[in-house]
Amino acid sequence: MSHTAAYPQPGIGEPAIIMDKVNKWYGKHHVLRDVSLTIGQGERVVVCGPSGSGKSTLIRCVNRLEQHQEGRIIVDGTELSDDLRALDEIRRDVGMVFQSFNLFPHLTILENCTLAPIWVHKMRKAAAEELAMSLLTRVKIPEQAHKFPGQLSGGQQQRVAIARALCMRPKIMLFDEPTSALDPEMIKEVLDVMIELAESGMTMVCVTHEMGFARQVANRVVFMDAGEIVEQGTPREMFEHPQTDRLKLFLSQILRGH
Amino acid sequence: MSTTVVTASGVEHRDAPPASVYGPWAWVRNNLFGTWWSTAITLALGWLLVTALFDFVSWGLLNAVWSVPSGPTGPDTALCRAAHGMGACWAVLPEKYRFILFGRFPYAEQWRPAICVGLFILLFAISAMRRFWRKELILVWVVILTAIGVLMWGGVLGMTYVPQDVWGGLPITLILATFGLAFAFPLSILVALGRRSTKLPAVRVLCVLYVELIRGVPLISLLFMASVMFPLFLPEGFNIDKLLRAQVAIILFAGAYLAEVVRGGLQALPRGQYEAADALGLNYFQKTTQIILPQALRLVIPPLVSTFIGFFKDTSLVLIIGIFDLLTAGKIAVSEPAWQGFATEVYLTLAAIYFCFCYAMSRYSRGLEAEFNRTRRA
Repeated sequence: MSHTAAYPQPGIGEPAIIMDKVNKWYGKHHVLRDVSLTIGQGERVVVCGPSGSGKSTLIRCVNRLEQHQEGRIIVDGTELSDDLRALDEIRRDVGMVFQSFNLFPHLTILENCTLAPIWVHKMRKAAAEELAMSLLTRVKIPEQAHKFPGQLSGGQQQRVAIARALCMRPKIMLFDEPTSALDPEMIKEVLDVMIELAESGMTMVCVTHEMGFARQVANRVVFMDAGEIVEQGTPREMFEHPQTDRLKLFLSQILRGH
Repeated sequence: MSTTVVTASGVEHRDAPPASVYGPWAWVRNNLFGTWWSTAITLALGWLLVTALFDFVSWGLLNAVWSVPSGPTGPDTALCRAAHGMGACWAVLPEKYRFILFGRFPYAEQWRPAICVGLFILLFAISAMRRFWRKELILVWVVILTAIGVLMWGGVLGMTYVPQDVWGGLPITLILATFGLAFAFPLSILVALGRRSTKLPAVRVLCVLYVELIRGVPLISLLFMASVMFPLFLPEGFNIDKLLRAQVAIILFAGAYLAEVVRGGLQALPRGQYEAADALGLNYFQKTTQIILPQALRLVIPPLVSTFIGFFKDTSLVLIIGIFDLLTAGKIAVSEPAWQGFATEVYLTLAAIYFCFCYAMSRYSRGLEAEFNRTRRA
């Protein structure tokens, strides 16, 4: 692809994620085609594209919720392979936020947050609770700590999901359409938390259609279509001077709604 | 009630829908006497219900014989025979209740199985309370079950030794049901997990084979195999106790059915729960015990308890291999010449005992479900 310039940009740190010619198939369906992408530490990358373009699959390959079948993925210096210990290490360093929140409904908000630190990091319960409360305060819902997920609104649940992922002190955060399942009036509260997180210097890879968010915090926007990276660049380049017809078409479609 | 609240747009606030569609009278009118047809059925069924109740009361209470004098050769049941067909002969119960409850256990020692029944009920009550759901509960189980074993066998602490062949009645039913489910439930969880395993195909095949083979045969044939065929394969002089063999058959049988119930719960869990646990870095064991099972088992409480209740009653099938459970004891009690013909009274009593245990389980499961649902959504 002629428009996939060499990245990461100068001044952004060591690569956090390296994807090299990654391919994946679902049956005969070729969902990822020769995807190569390098994301530097502290970089905020927004991945966009029409539905079915493989963008969710791409970020789900980073922590191996999906398995790539060809190519290499190196996360924070460790290559993803069948080695389970390497995978555990990567998953400890990579936090993920899902479209459908995926909180654990049988646990309180606080227990949702402390579960992984206690079991995976072998943290003491009191220390884990202190950590969880500080992160719940950061996402502005400490007062909900003893409720169950079902008692919270969608926006609140998604903020808890972010806090839960942050409790593992991840180096990289993956967001898989974090606002797509939310009512319009709740999108902002989640985006505000994500913006604050971006400003703190977290490495973020975010699949989203929120172009306002991309404009405000992204270093780079990656546009995917039909399983390949079609174009990437800064938000300004991408939104104001799209090079390919596919991106122009996509932008005209999503901007019509706004 | 008397003050009328009016909303901003001028619509009056009312506490309930109009009386024509709401409240007990409206319910009766709509559901029982809605149409001529429905009125006729209501009256006919009401009449049947009243006459049946009247007949039962006159048989079971008004014309019943409560006690019989003892004759020279045991109880004189002439009084009962005279009332036969019109009144119940409850006199059989005070005469026979010890035999029905404890079977052929030595008469003078029957306080021991009686305490055992009490211990079993205590054990169920403790296990039912959520505040006791801790690791220590396993210890309580071990202690109580050991105490039951000591009481039943005896041979220590000045108690005479009582061999297993003469155990009988309610303790046998409770032993078979309690040990059966206590072992079958964990087994079923392992089998259900094994059947869903993607990384260990051999384990999966084994689990599928186990479930399908066991589910493919009736419990009776399994019990027969355990009691008749299994000893043929053992070397001469080496014999595993009959009760134990029946117990193992029940565990294996219950395990297969429960495994399918548990698997249903595992399948009903959204994939996102597995993914969230994976993404947090939990390993298989942590994911299964902390995230998957707590939710999957809650989902299947109703069918799980249904299966429990079914197996509690199915323990009575050991009758056919000559183990002396509650039902067998009742059956033998009324086979004595003096009491022949009064089986109805005994079976009604046995039904009442079974009902108490089963209904308790059923009520408990409803309570548990309600409690879990309260915390899930609210």
